[in-house]
Amino acid sequence: MSANFIALAYLIAAVFFILSLKGLSSPLTARRGNLLGMLGMGIAVFTTLTITENWPLILGCIAVGAIIGSIVAQRIQMTAMPELIAFMHSLVGLAAVFIAIAAVNNPTSFGLSEILPTGSKLELFLGTFIGAMTWSGSVIAFLKLSGRMSGAPIIFSGQHMVNLLLAIIMIGFGLWFFFSETTNWTAFSAMTAIAFLLGFLIIIPIGGADMPVVISMLNSYSGWAAAGIGFSLGNPMLIIAGSLVGSSGAILSYIMCKAMNRPFLSVILGGFGSDGGSQSTDDGIQKSYRSGSADDAAFLMGNADSVIIIPGYGLAVARAQHAVKELAQALHKKGINVRFAIHPVAGRMPGHMNVLLAEAEIPYEMVQEMDEINSDFPNTDVVLVLGANDVVNPAANVPGSPIYGMPILEAHKARTVMVVKRSMAVGYAGLDNDLFYMDKTMMVFGDAKKVVENMVKAL
Amino acid sequence: MIGEIDPTIINLTVFVLAVFVGYHVVWNVTPALHTPLMSVTNAISSIILVGAMLAAGSTEADWGAWLGAAAVILASINVFGGFLVTQRMLEMFKKKDKKGQA
Repeated sequence: MSANFIALAYLIAAVFFILSLKGLSSPLTARRGNLLGMLGMGIAVFTTLTITENWPLILGCIAVGAIIGSIVAQRIQMTAMPELIAFMHSLVGLAAVFIAIAAVNNPTSFGLSEILPTGSKLELFLGTFIGAMTWSGSVIAFLKLSGRMSGAPIIFSGQHMVNLLLAIIMIGFGLWFFFSETTNWTAFSAMTAIAFLLGFLIIIPIGGADMPVVISMLNSYSGWAAAGIGFSLGNPMLIIAGSLVGSSGAILSYIMCKAMNRPFLSVILGGFGSDGGSQSTDDGIQKSYRSGSADDAAFLMGNADSVIIIPGYGLAVARAQHAVKELAQALHKKGINVRFAIHPVAGRMPGHMNVLLAEAEIPYEMVQEMDEINSDFPNTDVVLVLGANDVVNPAANVPGSPIYGMPILEAHKARTVMVVKRSMAVGYAGLDNDLFYMDKTMMVFGDAKKVVENMVKAL
Repeated sequence: MIGEIDPTIINLTVFVLAVFVGYHVVWNVTPALHTPLMSVTNAISSIILVGAMLAAGSTEADWGAWLGAAAVILASINVFGGFLVTQRMLEMFKKKDKKGQA
């Protein structure tokens, strides 16, 4: 095929990718969008196959990846979605590093000149270091999300200085790599190794509830890594696809940060409240709270006219989504207006709760976003908080509180509040939640799934 | 005149325009679909599969080609895993829509 024809085929693939993302703007067109994405990928791969030699090896490798990928996609539990996404980001990062190394080793196979021009070296440097950081950062995110590593922030003194120093050293090796006449493997390897290390160090201080930001950020990085490789290879399709993903991830990170009212930098620099501020807002007085059984809670809900359920990470941990659906159905049968209120950062990744509720086949119109439902809380009889904490903490309205200014679901304005929680432990922000101590609040202790099942029985 | 422009500048032009397109397209994505958005963008970023194929298809079958082959496997896990898992999630949203209309 002529070079022009190939470039045109790549352009078509790039247009399909844009249409694919556009499709996701509504659940009605989303599936078509996904199919368009597959089509774009198919065109891109087929076109590339026609210009490569050794395609039995390539097809064999694609088949291996296809089998692994398909099995994983079929078997994965919806509650394990965040770690799957992190895992997949890590693969993109690692693949980008491999490609960059192969390009440094043999530039001619990519149509580059035998001795790499400085411009290509710069692009390869960018592709490699973003790829390496994406890989190691995603591995840590994966370990944290899957519970194989503690989700708590790991902080040591001088952390930021160490990271900064490493970044400077990495750039130093990068410069050495640019200005070497021949291929300087020492500089390239050292730079790559430091990039891997930096990826680890940047993610370890970030704790569980900041994961929606981290995962969106790594999503963004994986796109920039692809774009970086596109620059090195002079391939506009890779640049377009990479930048689409990069900007998509960046927007998600922005939305998540906004939903927590935290500056992006402070999330990335890690550790909630790591500025040394005292977190214990308690003045030593033991505050009293009211607790009740699942039966009491079911009785209150059964007599209400309207119920709003606020799911949080606890729902995902307890895998209570199907039990919650039964609860919603039971209430609905009694003619009670049941709705779900979703905070943008509920769970461990953007849209986490929506996917779980969708899996349980909870009707779409029952599920509402924070902005849609917040004004309805004062007219609501019962709010049921399931494994959420910081996103309903009225301390967000108190100036001086560490979470001041964070938009919350205004559960405290409802007539009765019921909170299902395992214990009185504080949430991620390390703050006590005044909502739990209000007169109209009843705490129901226990595993979210068991409590909800008991409620269904009692109804 | 066009012929005198460094290809990197042309690539940069494509890059900047694509960032704008991405920005405008993604702002319209409904929050309920943020997770499928991440899995589909993940599949799309596996477009580096193209780079991996070029590396693996190198005529000089040295270790660089093997590294390329490994990258082909990694990227295709993502292509298939990413698109299929997105499809699975979106099927769930579809069921909900049907019920909603009923």
